[in-house]
This record gives sequence, structure tokens and C-alpha cells, in this order.
Amino acid sequence: MSRFNWRYVGRRFFLLILVIWTAITINFFIPKITPRNPLREKLMEQASRGGYIEEGFDEMVAAYEARFGLDQPLWRQYVNYLADVMRGDLGYSISNYPATVVDLVGQALPWTLGLLSVTTILAFLIGTWMGAVMAWPKSSNFMKYVFPQFLILGAIPAYVVALILIYFIAFQWKLLPLAGGYSIGQTPRMDWAFVLDVLRHSLLPAFALLLTTIGGWVIGMRGMMVTVQGEDYMTFGEAKGLKDQRLFMRYGVRNAILPQVTGLALSLSVLISGSVLVELVFQFPGVGTLLARAISQLDFFMIYGINLVIIVSIALAMFLMDMIYPFLDPRISYDK
Amino acid sequence: MSQMQLFFQYVRRNIPLGVGLGILVILVAFTAIGFLFIDPKVDPYPLAAPARVPPTLNWCPAMDPNCAEPKAYPFGTDAQGRDLFAVAVTGTWLTLYIGLFAGFAGIVIGTILGFTSAFYGGTYDAVVSWMVDVMLTIPGLLVLVVIASTLGDRAVDLNMMALIIALISWRGAARVIRSQVLSMRERSYVMMARLNGMSSMGIIFRELIPNLLPYLGASLVGAVTGAIFASMGLAALGLGPLREPTLGVTIYWVINQSAFVQGLWWWGAVPITIVALIFVMLFMISIGLDELANPRVRRAR
Repeated sequence: MSRFNWRYVGRRFFLLILVIWTAITINFFIPKITPRNPLREKLMEQASRGGYIEEGFDEMVAAYEARFGLDQPLWRQYVNYLADVMRGDLGYSISNYPATVVDLVGQALPWTLGLLSVTTILAFLIGTWMGAVMAWPKSSNFMKYVFPQFLILGAIPAYVVALILIYFIAFQWKLLPLAGGYSIGQTPRMDWAFVLDVLRHSLLPAFALLLTTIGGWVIGMRGMMVTVQGEDYMTFGEAKGLKDQRLFMRYGVRNAILPQVTGLALSLSVLISGSVLVELVFQFPGVGTLLARAISQLDFFMIYGINLVIIVSIALAMFLMDMIYPFLDPRISYDK
Repeated sequence: MSQMQLFFQYVRRNIPLGVGLGILVILVAFTAIGFLFIDPKVDPYPLAAPARVPPTLNWCPAMDPNCAEPKAYPFGTDAQGRDLFAVAVTGTWLTLYIGLFAGFAGIVIGTILGFTSAFYGGTYDAVVSWMVDVMLTIPGLLVLVVIASTLGDRAVDLNMMALIIALISWRGAARVIRSQVLSMRERSYVMMARLNGMSSMGIIFRELIPNLLPYLGASLVGAVTGAIFASMGLAALGLGPLREPTLGVTIYWVINQSAFVQGLWWWGAVPITIVALIFVMLFMISIGLDELANPRVRRAR
């Protein structure tokens, strides 16, 4: 490990910090540059619900602003905000007060992470394998010519495919539940019945994500396999009389898979957008559904908090993957 | 005429490009002709269909004495009384418009950033590269969610929406153009031009830009795809101008009102079909352009 490239690690770590800082800064400054005052709007909404009170309204807004530190100079607020976020304090959910944003996101995050990680890994494995097989000259004609036509599904957004699946599989044929993460009346607990129930509910969202993400991996892998087949070591291996299986796995796939792994880290930020929308379609109890509800309730702290948590998790995941990468491709870890 | 023939000859070899452009022509023709049959100020909005007309696929029967105003609803109506044919016509146009507007704006910003950073190098290049790296790590849709939700729906009209989306659609183009310019700068034909005494501007416009065109085209398609995806995603989450009958907003109402569970399948089928066509079209065109820019891809099939 002595030859581990610390410059590479340092560069990646700096990017991680920069991404997190950018996310926090966007969260802080975007609300400041608009003329809207969420606090005022929320109070106004509550006031109009319980009969409109004119007098003392401005004083009330001012009191709340002092309470939340909004009367201090901007730089001071910014520093406070940074410090709060570092401590893991993202404020309260306005519409579910006194529940904190961290609590609510914490409840939803495992659902999203579960759905996203399982589907991403499955899509990566299936897609990469299919791409490799498709580009291999000795594969069956079905794999080489018929199957690629299905890749077109990858062009359509996952939540649109999800809507189609809901209509046919859940509504028309009643094979799987329509929506939710578990049956109504169930409470999350750790036993087989509940786990099976969750699986039944997760099947359609996972299927929608799988159908639409496999195509990208297939296309990438097929292209790389074609390039690899032109390399001299492949011709050499063939001339040596290596078994087809060995040539395919150890010479072809092993070399072609490297850009795919880089792609896996990069794709996460695109995948999360897709899965947020799929969750919304299925009312799956993850952060996507939470985000949609927060938007409809004008729960701003919640929106910003979810945004931050997702960005930080994605950035961390990408960082970890990039740290694993040098072990797969030894060329990176050597000092230049 | 011979130009046209050359084009058709090329498209016959590059089938994905042909299919993509074909779908594009069909969609454009559908909206252009469709606008002749609808009143875009009234029909695609709620309560356009008489309240008596239930959400239905059937045409209002002319011989029915209860039908005061015989009118055809070839795509049916939805639960809020929009004429779905009008929604399809206007929605296709508005969605393509947002995508093209945001995509073009993104490409212009991205090309300028990528070009200048590759050309000038140094600290400026480093700053731009880091910026692109950071922005590519952050899920674009979420940034847009923060901006759009903070601005609120009253402040955001369609053009504003396109401009907001352009804030994320420059990233891909900036990266691609930068790396292409970096590699082209060192090619022999650029050296040749420089040795011949061509000015920097001359090299940029006479040597680099023509060679970049396929990449610019591919980046544009990518940016438009991303922009349409983003605009529809925002609408599906309930952000942006929810009154405008874009395809994304229609899908928002389909989800919001559980159209499928109510059995109103055509309400969902109309936007879903058009959205699928639009994305397949963009996908096909991008594959076709890939083949045009990089003939080596052809070996893959």
C-alpha cells in the first residue's frame, strides 16, 4: 500500500468537501435572494385559517425572526447555518412540528437507500453482463440482434414506465399492490410476514427502475467490449488457444468493465432523480415521497434538509466508490 | 435537390437518426396541424369541456338531444374538463419549447465555458473544471427543486422555468467541449493553420468549430433531453406553472388524482405516449449523431 496515490485521494476528498459546501451554500443563499418570506407566508396562512388578525402581525413576524436568528447580519446567519448543519441540526419541519427534519429524513432514508442500492447494483450487474454477451461474436443471434431492440426502454423516464406498470400489473391484473411501502394497518417490525409484505410492495418500483437503467450499462459495456476485442492481447490470447470462457471473462470483461465502474459512481446523481420520482408515483415511504409532500405543504426547512441529505449521501457514496477504484485498476494507484 | 438526395442516402445508412428525425417530424406535424382544430386559450384548460360531458373517451353524440353542442373529443376529456386532444397538442409544443429553450441556453453557456477554459488554461481552467465536477456530482433536479420551490409558483412562468433549468443543462456540454478542444488544439491541422499564420479567431471559427459541430449537436440533444426530464420532474413534484397544460403538468394531475385507479386510463395514456415518443426520438437522434461523430461506433453493431 506504500504506492497508494495520496494526491488522488486528496483530490477526491477536496471534491467531496467542495460538493457538501456548495450544497449548504445553495441551501442558504437561494432563499435569501428571493423576495419571499416563508415565515411570513406560513404565519399568514395560519392567521387566515383562524380568522384574520391585522394588528400585531408585523410584531409577530419580527418576534419569530428574532427567535430564529433572522434579524442578524447575513454573514452571521451564514456562519450559524454552517455550524448548525455540521452539528447535524437541520431545523424543524414546519408542518410536522415538533418533529425535526433529521428525524423525518432519517425515517425515510433507509427506504430510499434500500430501493436505490439494490436496483443500482442489480442493473449494473445485469446490464454489464448483457452488454458483454451482446458484443461477443460467439453469442446467440437472439442476444446479438433481437435483444438490443429492448434497450429503447432506457430512453423513457423511470416514473413514466412506473405509471404504465401500475396500470397493467397492479390495477388491471391485480398482481402486486398499487402503492405504499407496506400494507395499510401494518406497523414496521422485524418478522417474515412484514419483510415479505415490504418486498411485494417494492417489487414494482424496483422493476421500473431496473427496466429503465439496465440499457445504459448495456450500451456502455457493449461499446467497451468491442474496443477491447480489437486489442492485441485478445488476438494473442486467441492464438495461444485459450478457452473461449477464459478469453471472455479474464481478458475481455475484466478490462472492459473499468469504465463501467467509473460510470457507476457518476451515474448515482442521475439515478437519485429518477428514483425520487418513482417513489412519488408509488407513494413509496422514501425521501422522494417526503419531498413531494414537503413541496405541497410549503415546508421549506424540510425541502432544504432533504436536498442536503441526498446530496451529502450521494457525494459520500461517490467518494467511497472512487476510493475502491484504484484496487480494480492498478494503473491509478501508482505514482506518476 | 442533390443535397436532399445525399441526406436521404445518409439516413438510409444511419437508421437511428432516420427514425429519430421521423418521430420529430410526426410530432411537429401533429402540433402544427392540431393547433388548427383547437382554441389554445380555452380548450387545454379545466372546464373547457361542458360539465355534462363526463370524463370519457367517447365523442359527444350529435343525435343525442341532451347534447347541445356536438363536439368531438378524440382523446377524451379528463376529470377536470380539459379536452385531452387540446392538451396533447399544446402540451407537446410547450414541452418541446421548454426543452429547446433550456437546452440551447445551456449549450451556449457550456460551450463558452468549455471553449474558453480549454483555450486559456491556467487558474481559470482549474476553476471551471472544479465547478463542472462539483455540479456533475450534485443531482441537478434537487437544485432545481430548491430554486423553484423557493421562488414559488406565481413567480415562475414557462420562460422563467426554462431559464432555471438552463442553470443545470450547461454541465455536460462544458465538459465535452473542453475535452474536445483540448485534444483538437494539438492536432496537426491546427498546427498547420497556426504555422500558416492564421489568427486565433480564424483558427477557432474556421478550424475548430466545424470539427466540433457533431459534438455540439450531440451535446445539444443531451441538454434538451436533460431539460425535458427536469421540467417534467419538477412538474411531477408539483413545482412550476401548474396551470399550463404541459405534458409534465398533465402527468402531475394523473398522479395527483390517481387517474388509473379511477379507471380513466386515457387521461394517463395520452401524455405517457407522447412523452415516450419524445424521449425515444431524442435517444434515437443521439445514437445517430454518435455514429456521425464517431464512425468507430458503427463497428459495435
